[in-house]
Amino acid sequence: MDTAMLIEKSVLVILLFLISLGVAAYQTYFERKLAAWIQDRVGPDRAGPFGILQPIADGVKMFLKEDFIPAKADKWLFIIGPGISMFTALITSSVIPWGTNLNLFGRNISLQVADFNIGILFVFGVVSIGVYGIMIGGWASNNKYSLYGAIRASSQMISYELAMGISAITIVMMSGSLSLNDIVKSQHGMNWNIFYQPVAFFIFFITSMAELNRAPFDLPECESELIGGYHTEYSSMKLGLYLFSEYTSMFVSSAIMAILFFGGYNFPGMDAFSGNLLAILSIAAFALKIFLFIFVIMWIRWTIPRFRFDQLMHLGWKVLIPAAIVNMLVTGLVIAWNEGWM
Amino acid sequence: MESLTNRKKVVSDKPMTLWEKIYIPAIVGGMMTTMRHMLRPRKTIKYPEETRVFAPVYRGQHVLKRDEEGRENCTACGLCAVACPAEAITMISAEREKGEEHLYREEKYASSYEINMLRCIFCGLCEEACPKEAVFLTDRIVKTEFERDEFIYGKDKLVETMDDRIDITKRQFTGKRTEQ
Repeated sequence: MDTAMLIEKSVLVILLFLISLGVAAYQTYFERKLAAWIQDRVGPDRAGPFGILQPIADGVKMFLKEDFIPAKADKWLFIIGPGISMFTALITSSVIPWGTNLNLFGRNISLQVADFNIGILFVFGVVSIGVYGIMIGGWASNNKYSLYGAIRASSQMISYELAMGISAITIVMMSGSLSLNDIVKSQHGMNWNIFYQPVAFFIFFITSMAELNRAPFDLPECESELIGGYHTEYSSMKLGLYLFSEYTSMFVSSAIMAILFFGGYNFPGMDAFSGNLLAILSIAAFALKIFLFIFVIMWIRWTIPRFRFDQLMHLGWKVLIPAAIVNMLVTGLVIAWNEGWM
Repeated sequence: MESLTNRKKVVSDKPMTLWEKIYIPAIVGGMMTTMRHMLRPRKTIKYPEETRVFAPVYRGQHVLKRDEEGRENCTACGLCAVACPAEAITMISAEREKGEEHLYREEKYASSYEINMLRCIFCGLCEEACPKEAVFLTDRIVKTEFERDEFIYGKDKLVETMDDRIDITKRQFTGKRTEQ
């Protein structure tokens, strides 16, 4: 690896880090605005024009709060919990191809930090580590509500990860590769997977909302029963990290959904452009898709009430997993037919 | 039983059909409802920057009027205090001295006139009771204070000044009485 490559990747990593944090911060603002609009209110509008500085004010507030650790809490696990959550939320963005290659200073720069040939496996692996952040946080708090939240989170994630993985396998079967870059390239132009795999997309969308602990699947943190769930005992920026990691995960999983089903950075009519213009347009198309997913996820949150826990388990095990398996089998049969294996 | 309104809905516990069981149509319907709310214009009035337009008959902070020559209308007859259901008004009357004709319209005047804005219910009965057209409720809002005693408004806050007359034409539904 030469020096230029090292510099290029480091710049990309730092940029991605900052962008992920910035997007997560402004997601909180957007979420509050959207909630307000849906409820016929105005939303935050005091800090700066249209309240645009609200996330900064919130961040400063979080830092100024007392950082409290309960006496009976397991101190080190208590500190590690939010760290794991934030780490796993951020690390996933490293395998996402953000656009076509960019030509700068005579170099062909790939807008992907690491093009693993097992990109999608990496994403699933990291996402399932994410539950440890919640579990450890809930366990270390030494509080029954936190523990309830952690138990709910882990059982929910185990039940939904299965259906999520099976629905993603259909995409892998179609593209013949685990690399996210290859999956995006196989959806060139308007040849998006959503037109071939609407059922898989639907299952993936529902399960990723469950993975994100977003309403209507926000049982691990439901305020009305568990007074905050796994982060009941947290305060200051540790709480901030938990809340922040939720929004970062939302950003990243919107990106994953856009890659797997909506063609990633591909957009119709992309053959008319080339070079850096194409790169910039592809980044814009990808950003637009991510934004739309974030919007829909928030829109659903402020529309649908929370599931009861048995309904959640029923939906996961008895509806989504059988549907995902049937969908996978049908996909396999169609591929086998097309390839002439039958 | 015969229903009294046409809003009666028959509720049944029949099992859900498959269409209802998949919930998707209901969820999409709900999302359309929230989208309609999202696109609706806001009705919020952002108070410090914008203020709501008051109704012409709005009853806010009182004013003690002067006549055209700047003489106080109030003669301290006490009818407003008698009419007041909240007992918010007190006054002390005094006799007009020689040389004070330009200050008070009639021989008797209120040397002290106090309204307790915390007691006042802004019903407007004092205004209705006043035979001299001296006290009126206006479209001004009583300001917030930190101490309770600052809400007892004396003549310094109630009597209008000549260079800053308070417009009460919106509440003056009777013509001005002619001086006898």
